Amino acid sequence: MSPPGALVIRGGTVIDATGRREADVLVVDGRVAAVGSGLEAPAGAVALDAAGCLVAPGLVDLHAHLREPGFEESETVETGSRAAALGGYTAVVAMPNTEPPIDTAAVVRHVLGLAAGALCQVAVAGAITVGRAGRQLAPMGEMADAGVRLFTDDGSGVQDTALMRRAMEYSTALGVTLAQHCEDAALAAGASMHEGEWSSRLGVPGAPAEAEELMVARDLALARLTGARLHLLHLSTAGSAELVARAKATRSVAVTAEVAPHHLVLTDAEVASYDAVFKVNPPLRSAADVAALRAAVAGGVLDAIATDHAPHPQEAKELPFDQAPPGMLGLETALAVCLTELDLPVERVLALLSWQPAAIAGLDDQGGPVAPGSVANLCVVDPAATWVVDAAASASRSRNTPWAGRKLTGRVRHTVFQGEPLIVDGEARR
Amino acid sequence: MTTAPTHLLSVADLGAEGIDAVLKVTDNFVEVSARAIPKVPALRGRTVVSLFYEDSTRTRLSFETAARRLSADVMNFSVASSSVKKGECLRDTVETIDAMGVDALVVRHGSAGVPRQVAGWVGASVVNAGDGAHEHPTQALLDCYTIRQRRGSLEGLRIAIVGDVKHSRVARSGVLAFSALGAEVTLVAPPTLLPPSLAGWPATVSHDLDGVLAKADVVYLLRMQSERMTEALLPSLREYTAAYGLTRRRAALLPDDALVMHPGPLNRGVEIAAEVADLPGSVITAQVANGVAVRMAVLYLLLGGPG
Amino acid sequence: MAERERALAPPNGGVFVARAEVLSADGLRRAVTRIAHEIVERNHGVAGVALVGLQTGGVPLARRLAAELERIEGQPVPLGSLDATFYRDDIGLRPLVPEAVTDIGFPLDGLTVVLVDDVLFTGRTVRAALNALNDYGRATAVQLAVMVDRGHRELPIRPDYVGKNLPTRRDEMVDVGEAGVSIGSVVSR
Repeated sequence: MSPPGALVIRGGTVIDATGRREADVLVVDGRVAAVGSGLEAPAGAVALDAAGCLVAPGLVDLHAHLREPGFEESETVETGSRAAALGGYTAVVAMPNTEPPIDTAAVVRHVLGLAAGALCQVAVAGAITVGRAGRQLAPMGEMADAGVRLFTDDGSGVQDTALMRRAMEYSTALGVTLAQHCEDAALAAGASMHEGEWSSRLGVPGAPAEAEELMVARDLALARLTGARLHLLHLSTAGSAELVARAKATRSVAVTAEVAPHHLVLTDAEVASYDAVFKVNPPLRSAADVAALRAAVAGGVLDAIATDHAPHPQEAKELPFDQAPPGMLGLETALAVCLTELDLPVERVLALLSWQPAAIAGLDDQGGPVAPGSVANLCVVDPAATWVVDAAASASRSRNTPWAGRKLTGRVRHTVFQGEPLIVDGEARR
Repeated sequence: MTTAPTHLLSVADLGAEGIDAVLKVTDNFVEVSARAIPKVPALRGRTVVSLFYEDSTRTRLSFETAARRLSADVMNFSVASSSVKKGECLRDTVETIDAMGVDALVVRHGSAGVPRQVAGWVGASVVNAGDGAHEHPTQALLDCYTIRQRRGSLEGLRIAIVGDVKHSRVARSGVLAFSALGAEVTLVAPPTLLPPSLAGWPATVSHDLDGVLAKADVVYLLRMQSERMTEALLPSLREYTAAYGLTRRRAALLPDDALVMHPGPLNRGVEIAAEVADLPGSVITAQVANGVAVRMAVLYLLLGGPG
Repeated sequence: MAERERALAPPNGGVFVARAEVLSADGLRRAVTRIAHEIVERNHGVAGVALVGLQTGGVPLARRLAAELERIEGQPVPLGSLDATFYRDDIGLRPLVPEAVTDIGFPLDGLTVVLVDDVLFTGRTVRAALNALNDYGRATAVQLAVMVDRGHRELPIRPDYVGKNLPTRRDEMVDVGEAGVSIGSVVSR
């Protein structure tokens, strides 16, 4: 691939962790060359119009299921990265619950190889245990050597307390982060939704909030005991947010936490339709949980918003509710949903979607201030554009979005990945 | 109702008015069923298909008899008869049947919500014949009819539903129907067999069966399934029967005109003592008998309009 | 007027407003007496005769006829009522709901059944009633008694006993009640 030529982004407002200013951005050879007004572009430079738009560091998703290897009928690294780019993402952390699971350096390198032609950076998360079976530690050292910075058995939580302690202790020598899908398997057994008013009315077995909170509390205690860096995936309950807030206040635990857009907007009332598009793990919870998570996001208790993008084929989502696989798409809609539904200034939304997750993932070329010298991973967002989500038009191989038919305000206009304009005016260039 | 209802997925779809309409026309079908020729041509030329993913000969036969007595044609797909293969996609099966031009699909499935899903895929009317632990609307309707037969009206009646409410679709439909018609419903069960949340349920809870029975107009017993033992919901069936079974001793506590009901099949000796089932207050056989007429009413009201 | 006619007639659920009286209460009484005598004459007595009133308009009329027959002949005549809704062919936008439960407490075999209705119009109600009767048994013969024949037959049905022949326009309504028979129209509520 030939190095990208010059690119100038005109007429937008640059927003990053340092603040906001109206400025053009000049990109040369994959890096930001200048930021200012009335920049002169070299001949042959591609011009991207950003009038009325925000120019921000590209978004970073801490949590996406790209399904390759093993489940290519749902998604591939390529199609997932395309959906990501359309959603303004320039980096995505791929979860290891593939087939085979990402539990050795060989599989890590295989996935990184698949990512070579992707439309965004694909970082790989490795499994904590062999086969994600929760019995034996996976070779985290060799995976770290292959570039892995984040480990998780996501899809399930590590049930064995002693094993989790050892994993945390071991991780402290590698300088990596352990991420947990907090779910007590015994309490959650047989559940398809949140246990509460709606599950009782609908006659569907549910998992109580405690199924998540017990493991959140456990891992916070273990992280304090071992000094490990802990990241909590897709928190979904008021109680979990409360536990994280208290742990952070003690300043004795290195913990970060993420929440998914759907847990900030949708409640278990959606399940009344028995449409398995609304089946997800952790499940959609009560209105009180949604409110508490929003407050936790506004208050800084939660550090990042991550999509937990989980594609599934239509036939699978048309199974009876209790048999359907859990999971929702998220990459193409996350930014728009957050801008539309959360009552937060756009700087905060971008922090939660871009530079804060970039720091947690340890991706130095992502999320950084738009300044000369930085790698040009950028997204250009029109905050006023309204659009209606069309499930059939999704770039993902799958269609299971809970936002189908929803009117959203805020749309990605262009995405620049390593200096290359991959999304221009909402269309992928390759 | 200004337009005919298209589906019967939940008792909530009917409301008090809708329930009354069904019960009223059931009187006519009780009369029809008592005739030498228990048949009317009302649904001639219509096709009613029963799609039963859960084995239930009694309910399926009840629906089929109801359809035949209305002169409808009947087709039957049940898992047991292997014309519905396990693993064949539900949507494919249902769309294939619908393409044959059927008017009604009577659906029973082990998963809650399947009839609602099916209703979204087909042009036919869908009748929920039981979906997981969610609802069994025609059972609740025939129960209401049976109570009315004996007591005239459900207004102000004290109805105790006893047993595994948590897993019971009969209980969920029953609570909705009985309370819609003005009854006071009390749920009696050990805490592990009650739904996790009763917020919004038009019913109260008690763990004192003896106290409830002394004032009850109707005792509605639910089946106690042995699977619940393996899920650690109860220490033993014996303990269940001791605290929540309608034993002979407890039956004597009931007011003279109290009704004893059960959706069947009975677990004699567990939720109900063998001899209690045959006492005068027991209307269990009437429930079954009324089932056909009530299902005729439901099919007639759903399909009796233009094809 | 048959409630069912009123319910089906546009505008739906309207009120009957009389225009003119066709038969007074006395005239009605005399017609009932005459019909009763005609039934006796035609059937050579009331042995083997039963009356079945069609819901709803024919039921009170059948009751009056039965009482009159018993007065004339000194012996009771079996009386039943029939709701033929399930046998109708003129189903509208929604399923027709029966007005009452059929009550025929005697076997029909060997009997001459006199069907009784208040107004004979298109003949479809009577056809439905004949089909319904068939499912109760095999009557030896079926005769038809109506208080008013208003014309506009759509089927080959003819009454055996008529109280009054009354030419009407299609859009008019005929109401038979305790106070007599009147003609008018239905106005929306």
